[in-house]
Amino acid sequence: MALFGKKDKYVRINPNRSLKREVERDVPEVPDELFAKCPACKHMIYQKDLGVAKICPSCSYNFRISAQERLALTVDEASFEELFTGIETKDPLNFPKYSEKLSQARAATGLDEAVLTGKANIRGQKVALAIMDSNFIMASMGTVVGEKLTRLFELAIDEKLPVVIFTASGGARMQEGIMSLMQMAKVSAAVKRHSNAGLFYLTILTDPTTGGVTASFAMEGDIILAEPQALVGFAGRRVIETTVRENLPDDFQKAEFLLEHGFVDAIVKRTDMPDVIANLVAFHGGAK
Amino acid sequence: MTSNVSRILKEAREQSRLTALDYAQVIFDDFMELHGDRQFSDDGAIVGGLARLAGRPVTVIGIQKGKNLQDNLHRNFGQPNPEGYRKALRLMKQAEKFGRPVITFINTAGAYPGVGAEERGQGEAIARNLMEMSDLKVPIIAVIIGEGGSGGALALAVADRVWMLEHTMYAVLSPEGFASILWKDGSRATEAAELMKITAGELYKMDVVDKVIPEHGYFSSETVAMLKEELIAEIEVLSQLPLEELLEARYQRFRKY
Repeated sequence: MALFGKKDKYVRINPNRSLKREVERDVPEVPDELFAKCPACKHMIYQKDLGVAKICPSCSYNFRISAQERLALTVDEASFEELFTGIETKDPLNFPKYSEKLSQARAATGLDEAVLTGKANIRGQKVALAIMDSNFIMASMGTVVGEKLTRLFELAIDEKLPVVIFTASGGARMQEGIMSLMQMAKVSAAVKRHSNAGLFYLTILTDPTTGGVTASFAMEGDIILAEPQALVGFAGRRVIETTVRENLPDDFQKAEFLLEHGFVDAIVKRTDMPDVIANLVAFHGGAK
Repeated sequence: MTSNVSRILKEAREQSRLTALDYAQVIFDDFMELHGDRQFSDDGAIVGGLARLAGRPVTVIGIQKGKNLQDNLHRNFGQPNPEGYRKALRLMKQAEKFGRPVITFINTAGAYPGVGAEERGQGEAIARNLMEMSDLKVPIIAVIIGEGGSGGALALAVADRVWMLEHTMYAVLSPEGFASILWKDGSRATEAAELMKITAGELYKMDVVDKVIPEHGYFSSETVAMLKEELIAEIEVLSQLPLEELLEARYQRFRKY
């Protein structure tokens, strides 16, 4: 019998282990220290070498940055007029501790929601602008994000402005349930009206743009740009790996992967972005 | 309450439910299936074609689950790939050209999360449908006949009227996925389903669906007869509306959320 007694000693696999690793990989933020680790190439980088644009000198991955940092890098000085602040969610699911979570996110980011909206000039070109910030509950889209974007498109229709959106998102905001899903339809309908008015819409996909945002306004631009190595996809990597039961290559769902498959027009690095945006807006006649 | 939500979750997913093709056959006359997206392939998870509803030509589109394992392999368990959504859009634009109302039947856990689906732009395909449906110049009615899962369901549900059969569900994500994202624990699906407000009754109260069709079992002739009657009446009402009014009402229908 002793021969068969070994059965208990099979190695136990903890399925949560891979989960943990994923969480770590999903938060490639710049630590407030002397050195930062590039989440793309894993090199250790002297903070100062990242520069204000926070671009990895080794692989040119564009680090995740806050909406305010993005604003400072993108728009003409003192040209930004913030709009549509102070909209409150109705918390449609009465989700436990959701309002606390929102307060914490507001305090941590200085934003009122996961997207910053307004009007600005970029190299002299007047645009309606939205910048999503993944530090705010993964820039997930709930009713307020959807409302701010819809109002931005409606304003742009009234004032004949082009719309420029820097996307970043984990997808629909789970805490607002079906109402988050409805935002995809709401914003898409506003994009369509803006498009019917003959106005220009430019999306810039930044790390990470996924889920319901990819499956709505992020992919609806007349022109779609992406930052180098930004993660862009519909389904989450872990979900796909579980479904197809195989490991995916490193470049899967990266901006370069999308370029290769025909889903972005060009990859543009952050430091070139203002010139490229202004040029594209000018190509389409600017504000009308 | 607990038992109610988990019962509905189970019933919504029941394999013996009538499928989109079943409804196409029993509610309509002269259904003829049309295949392919004209770009890549023919997705078995989405079906569509021409039919007559009380004599009126319409376009019918649906997400098709299989009735058994063999069938499900062909239907990819009702999880469409991008080419499925593109086929649906092709048929909708065709309907628009010829002034035919569109009726969609929705039953999916969600768009397929696969490597090929990502390579061929699952996000883009869904996004394009949302945008185009919001402005499609013919009446659209969407009916949820089982699971209404996430963006994969919404991609056929930007409609003038969205209806649900009584024991079906419609949600931002499967309760398993919801629990996995929020609590890192997919096994807490029942708890998630309780919170999520996924039942026809709750969604009717939230104004997400416009009508709930009572069900007596998964294939009762009463349900089919009632659905048919309601579709005939509502298509008639929508067809009477001036185009501008129809499209403005559709915009406002989703604008309110």
